[in-house]
Amino acid sequence: MAQKEIEVILARQLAEYLALPIFIVDPNGDLLYYNESAEEILGSRFGETGPISANNLAEIFKTVDTDGTPIKSSKLPLMKAMVSKQPSHGNLWIEGLDGRLRSIAVTAFPIIGQADRFLGAIAIFWEVRK
Amino acid sequence: MKVTLWGTRGSLATPGPETLQFGGNTSCVSIQGSEDTIIVLDGGTGIRKLGQHLPDSIKQVYILLTHLHMDHVQGLPFFAPLRREGVEVHIWGPASTTMGLRARLLRYLSPPLFPISVREILSDLHFHELPSGTIGIHEFEVTAQLIIHPNPTVGYCIRDQGHAVTYLPDHEPALGAKSFPIGEDWTSGYDLAEGVDLLIHDSQYTSAEYETRVGFGHSCLHHAFRFGQLTQVKEFVPFHHDPTHTDQMLDKMINDAVDELQPSYAVIPGKEGTVIEVGA
Repeated sequence: MAQKEIEVILARQLAEYLALPIFIVDPNGDLLYYNESAEEILGSRFGETGPISANNLAEIFKTVDTDGTPIKSSKLPLMKAMVSKQPSHGNLWIEGLDGRLRSIAVTAFPIIGQADRFLGAIAIFWEVRK
Repeated sequence: MKVTLWGTRGSLATPGPETLQFGGNTSCVSIQGSEDTIIVLDGGTGIRKLGQHLPDSIKQVYILLTHLHMDHVQGLPFFAPLRREGVEVHIWGPASTTMGLRARLLRYLSPPLFPISVREILSDLHFHELPSGTIGIHEFEVTAQLIIHPNPTVGYCIRDQGHAVTYLPDHEPALGAKSFPIGEDWTSGYDLAEGVDLLIHDSQYTSAEYETRVGFGHSCLHHAFRFGQLTQVKEFVPFHHDPTHTDQMLDKMINDAVDELQPSYAVIPGKEGTVIEVGA
């Protein structure tokens, strides 16, 4: 298995220590890592799921807008950040592997490494509790 | 390949009676290839002595800098071929996100840090920025990749006739890892070092010292040995010794680590002046 880029390795190591839920995806949108805080919201453990391909990601974690309408993956903040190479923010509902629907806010930004290498994106999200 | 260690000390040159065996000069290694081309790895204070050993007739010099911390560039102005007219000198090294290699290096090679500016260097200087994939230098194939160390830093893998040497003098692959190593794909430097004949690796600290210096960018000897085991290298050189470590301490550190971890590879203590034949 090829070694991850250094910026991605450092991002994971930072994410492991943060209480904020974090997703890290590669330039194809494949989920490389999510931290322990994200496990609570997603209802699954990274140690069990491991990396998840972009196709499977959309099937496993269903997302809807505040009206309950399914959100196209291209409209998700993470994918918008990937495509535009700009930060993106949004509010949505997500159904995790435990079947529970949660209201979350997401801020995503691209990982642009040394020498302008595009290496994927990071999404930071948190549950919105009323 | 003939690998010569001209400087193995980290952080600060440390001359004196307590460092006679391992040496006090900072990072510099030369590799002579199958067609006698010489590559220079880093320009620490050890490069001065290397310059004295190169023939006056040399017309091309290839210097690969891992990064621009002072202990890796301080010897450059004292490297004789740089001061010789008609010598073509190629320097590779990492740029930053906002400044090129040449501009970064000039911060040191200019007053007040150094009395002579780069304009006064007589050799024909060429700068090449990294990372840039694989580089061909005569018989050598060189791969540079970013590795974990503060400020942009690369490691090198140098191949010649099916043999490989990897040079990671400043490297903290265990940074932030809750257990080390966590896996091949999540380990800094893995691709550069996998299965190589010789690994020259940062081993600056004892395990106890590392606990208070996490994030400084260096490894303890135990982490370095585990990295060597993960990457399944054939020979291992502990390198970039801490300035406070005497010959006596280094002998004990290395012997104790070998006894405890029983590495599957040969361990060659990183002593200044050591010559290692790879693929002989």
